[in-house]
Amino acid sequence: MIPDLYAALVAPFADFAFMRRALVGAVALSVGAGPIGVFLMLRRMSLTGDAMAHAILPGAAVGFLIAGLSLPAMTLGGLVAGVSVALLTGLVARATALREDAALAAFYLLSLALGVTLVSLKGSNVDLLHVLFGSVLALDDDALLLLCGVSTVTLFALALIYRPLALECVDPGFLGSVSRSGGAAHLVFLGLVVLCLVAGFQALGTLLAVGVMMLPAAAARFWTDSLAGMFVASITVGTLSSVAGLLGSYHFGVPAGPAIILAAGCLYLLSLALGLRGGVLWRLAPAPRHRTA
Amino acid sequence: MSAVLKLHDVTLGYDRHPAVHHIDGEIAEGALLAVVGPNGAGKSTLLKGLMGALKPLGGRIDRGALGRRDIAYLPQAAELDRSFPIEVFDLVAMGLWRRVGLFGGLRRADRERVAEALSAVGLEGFGRRAIGTLSGGQLQRALFARLLLQDAPVILLDEPFAAIDARTVADLLQIVARWHDERRTVIAVLHDMELVRRAFPETLLLARRPVAWGPTAEALKPERLLEARAMPEAFDDRAPLCGVHAA
Repeated sequence: MIPDLYAALVAPFADFAFMRRALVGAVALSVGAGPIGVFLMLRRMSLTGDAMAHAILPGAAVGFLIAGLSLPAMTLGGLVAGVSVALLTGLVARATALREDAALAAFYLLSLALGVTLVSLKGSNVDLLHVLFGSVLALDDDALLLLCGVSTVTLFALALIYRPLALECVDPGFLGSVSRSGGAAHLVFLGLVVLCLVAGFQALGTLLAVGVMMLPAAAARFWTDSLAGMFVASITVGTLSSVAGLLGSYHFGVPAGPAIILAAGCLYLLSLALGLRGGVLWRLAPAPRHRTA
Repeated sequence: MSAVLKLHDVTLGYDRHPAVHHIDGEIAEGALLAVVGPNGAGKSTLLKGLMGALKPLGGRIDRGALGRRDIAYLPQAAELDRSFPIEVFDLVAMGLWRRVGLFGGLRRADRERVAEALSAVGLEGFGRRAIGTLSGGQLQRALFARLLLQDAPVILLDEPFAAIDARTVADLLQIVARWHDERRTVIAVLHDMELVRRAFPETLLLARRPVAWGPTAEALKPERLLEARAMPEAFDDRAPLCGVHAA
């Protein structure tokens, strides 16, 4: 029994360095992306992460065109593209009648089409698949350092802008009356979203990076009512998804990136069904006797 | 009595459409002023202009020596996202923003002040409750506790008594009266004319423009109210340009 469990759960990581690297990378990503996802969800911007993930593609593609599959070049390119789209979206939303969601949709679609065209000009389909779906099983030292560094920066930056960010969600009128920091905090936050997605596309690709951000956050909402609790729960779900996804990938021979996101999806469905805070099962259960006051 | 806020031909609005235009007047230190008028009359917009969140389309607002944090603002309850996972204590503690700012922590004395403010509005023991579990009246009490902590010389209240019961209104009115006794300037957007007549000595009646501004009994005469009700409610893209400047 125990040897079987060891072979199923521990041996893949104990025996293979690429699995250990993949685990460290995916967990590092979850630690930074989870709290970002929680704030995206609470700010009703859940699909913004998805749009941004598409938006960084042309930048990564330009980096790829210039330097091939180079981590710094593609990261820098992705960062520039993501921040540009975020700033342009903000500018259009403030200066014209177009709302932020429509402006973002326009820019990310433009970005995505441009990115795919650029990659197809030079690379093969294999290269394109790498950019779109990542290669979590081939993370080198530089990629691991990037993932850990980005998560560290994200957590510290989030701590710095935490107060205006939370207050802008719950009571923007009050924040506007005591401080002008709301706009700056929003921009820094969008920058962090881009940063996490750029780091994530190394491991999971542009299309899946947002999954490790939003699915754990959505699952966390079903387990706790406190913001700090949601951060912890989202990181926990992200970490469990990383472990489960990598093991699934190892044992069943499926691609690791999608396996991690599928695992996160399963944990989301589980939370949706069993979560103590509004899970479907608890809603169906007969109500306990009520109090008098 | 010195003026704490001076409005010089102020026009406030959005995208060239005035929400309220050409207001001239002074708000005296220690005034207890009600701002009334139909929906869309520009009442909330005026408050946003007074606190500096909205730049006038024309004219100017003179705030004298008042800084941003000397003006406390109570937004409409509907503007709050009550599904956000924040506890009552943390929401109220934000009233200490002037001291703690973006990064400062709460000291023991601060926590005691928050507890005292909660107690003063009748919310003792509610600190650890999520704001989403509060009734409308309880939430309004919590927001008044935050105002108490802000300890500002000028207090702007946007529909502070909307959709809350008589007991809560009476309790909160006592707090407003205390502010008035302390010579703070209180400006409140209100809809309940009886309450205004009872508790607010001065009234500004708005209908996209100042219809009347003065002692409440004068400002709320029936003919003035009828005049205010005749105000066109919607923005009109084909409305002629305002002639006041050209005159």
